[in-house]
Amino acid sequence: MNAKTKQKTLSAIDVHDLTVAYREKPVLWDVDFQAPQGKLLAIVGPNGAGKSTLIKTILGLIKPAAGQVLVMGKEYKPQSRLIGYVPQRGTVDWDFPTNVLDVVMMGGYGQLGWFKRPGKEEKRLAFQCLEKVGMADFVNRQISQLSGGQQQRVFIARAFMQDAPIYLMDEPFAGVDATTEKSIIELLRELKQNNKTVICVHHDLQTLKEYFDWVMLLNIRRIALGSVTTVLTPENLRGAYGGRAAFLAGKDEEDVKK
Amino acid sequence: MISPQVEIMILASLTAVACALPGVFLVLRRVALMSDAISHAILLGIVLAFFVTKNLSSPLLIVGATITGLLTVTLTELIIKTRKLKKDAAIGIVFPLLFSIGVILINQFANTVHIDADCVLFGEIAFTPFNRLIVGGVDIGPQSMWIMAGILALNIIFISLFYKELKIATFDVGLAASLGLFPAVIHYGLMTLVSITAVGAFESVGSILVVALMIVPPSSAYLLTNRLSHMLFISAGLGVISAIGGYFTAQIFDANIAGSMATVSGVIFFIILIFAPENGLLAKFIVKKWTRWDFGASTLSVHLLQAEWSHAEATELITGHMEDHMSWSKQYTSEVIAQSIQEGLIKKQGDKLMLTSYGREKAKNSISKG
Repeated sequence: MNAKTKQKTLSAIDVHDLTVAYREKPVLWDVDFQAPQGKLLAIVGPNGAGKSTLIKTILGLIKPAAGQVLVMGKEYKPQSRLIGYVPQRGTVDWDFPTNVLDVVMMGGYGQLGWFKRPGKEEKRLAFQCLEKVGMADFVNRQISQLSGGQQQRVFIARAFMQDAPIYLMDEPFAGVDATTEKSIIELLRELKQNNKTVICVHHDLQTLKEYFDWVMLLNIRRIALGSVTTVLTPENLRGAYGGRAAFLAGKDEEDVKK
Repeated sequence: MISPQVEIMILASLTAVACALPGVFLVLRRVALMSDAISHAILLGIVLAFFVTKNLSSPLLIVGATITGLLTVTLTELIIKTRKLKKDAAIGIVFPLLFSIGVILINQFANTVHIDADCVLFGEIAFTPFNRLIVGGVDIGPQSMWIMAGILALNIIFISLFYKELKIATFDVGLAASLGLFPAVIHYGLMTLVSITAVGAFESVGSILVVALMIVPPSSAYLLTNRLSHMLFISAGLGVISAIGGYFTAQIFDANIAGSMATVSGVIFFIILIFAPENGLLAKFIVKKWTRWDFGASTLSVHLLQAEWSHAEATELITGHMEDHMSWSKQYTSEVIAQSIQEGLIKKQGDKLMLTSYGREKAKNSISKG
């Protein structure tokens, strides 16, 4: 229907023939991936499918063995600050001697540039971001005292602070309770309403349809990409999850039929 | 003219502070042992540079040593990248190799000069006042004092200029890289500082004690504060206390000054480990004990509430029967009862335990929450 107009508009992220290898062992094989602007997009696949690797390669943290990554139609440089990044919660040391406000302000370090220190304006912005995620009462809280869900919300506040048109989030729902998950998805929808593109590594097939509009099934190769309803077919799920997916696929088949 | 004793104390303090500042970031990055590796491996650089310059006080020695320091870091990271070995093993392979080459070279070719094993390991801060810096015919103090002051200034300048970059590269490398803040450059910058500092401190305190000064004061500070900036200042302060304290300890026991400095910093660490207000073992123990009592107190008041509701026999509420009812030890029971009375949850009437109205409210609360 409107496929043609879609093709004309610029993809937020456009990945061509991307191959990434660790010591000659490919973890991503010839992946093509276009993320349309202003969508909530999930990257889904089994463990070891290369989901985090794809995100890190888009960010330029990993050098690809072959292929190309275009962000808003151009080769990506971190300095252009088009992408806000939310790493996995477990990748940082939560015993680091700092407080919540400080962590959120780190999101603004890119805008500040070298040598400059964050000042009052940055503090005000960071506080606003914390208000948005409902963590305003935790401004001066030591980060080691936060629960998993609170840590995740601090990370999302930090992403707000980055104020980028595109967000890459690595498992923003990992290890948070149901209430927090709901409030996080509300925040992501808010980003989308402001015409931001949000790409999440996601694990839960059950919530996929409720949370996201666009999905890529990934298992080293790209299995499928498109709107959630078109992608979530039993064949595609088997393609991504292999034999293990028998019951997963069955479950989702019912979901799709609904 | 300041006395040699004061000069030694100044030098010791400068060294301690210069070591503590980059040490903070080593501790937070969990690469504390890298300081050990660097401080040993630089010996090779010093020896090689000495062969070129034939001069023990040439600034080229610092350059050579810094290069070997960075070489250690690079080699270690290369080995880690092969994914065949973990970081600790990689460090353990690289620096003994470089260090032992340095030792062999000294034994073979440099017997005639004043580099010997003792000096390498422990330094000799007591002799440093003999080597004077003369500018325009005026004696302005020991040379090593000025070198160390310069290195300290360099550390302070680097850390102040790149404070936020160091912080973010230490806390979240991925974010730092995605923001275009080149964490790898910051990493090597920090390792260069560590190398330069280790070379400077090498002469006074030797290669082993450099490690103590880089790691111990920051580790103590880590237990005392929740802010990075405070951690830097506290580490510096503890460094100075260890330096001065170490000097006087050495005087009293007629011992090696550098060794005494490290000992004092170690003693300070253990005192802080036990007594630190929030993170200390004692504080943790008290909190744990208190939580246990607190839990006991609410269990007890819930029990009493249930008893009230079910109009249980009066015997249920008698102090002496409590431990049987709850299957608690006698001591824990009496501790919990004492705690509950102190908190105003229950009161004693003769033999019986009764809930106060406050205790009744709290017990109802605990039940509804559960």
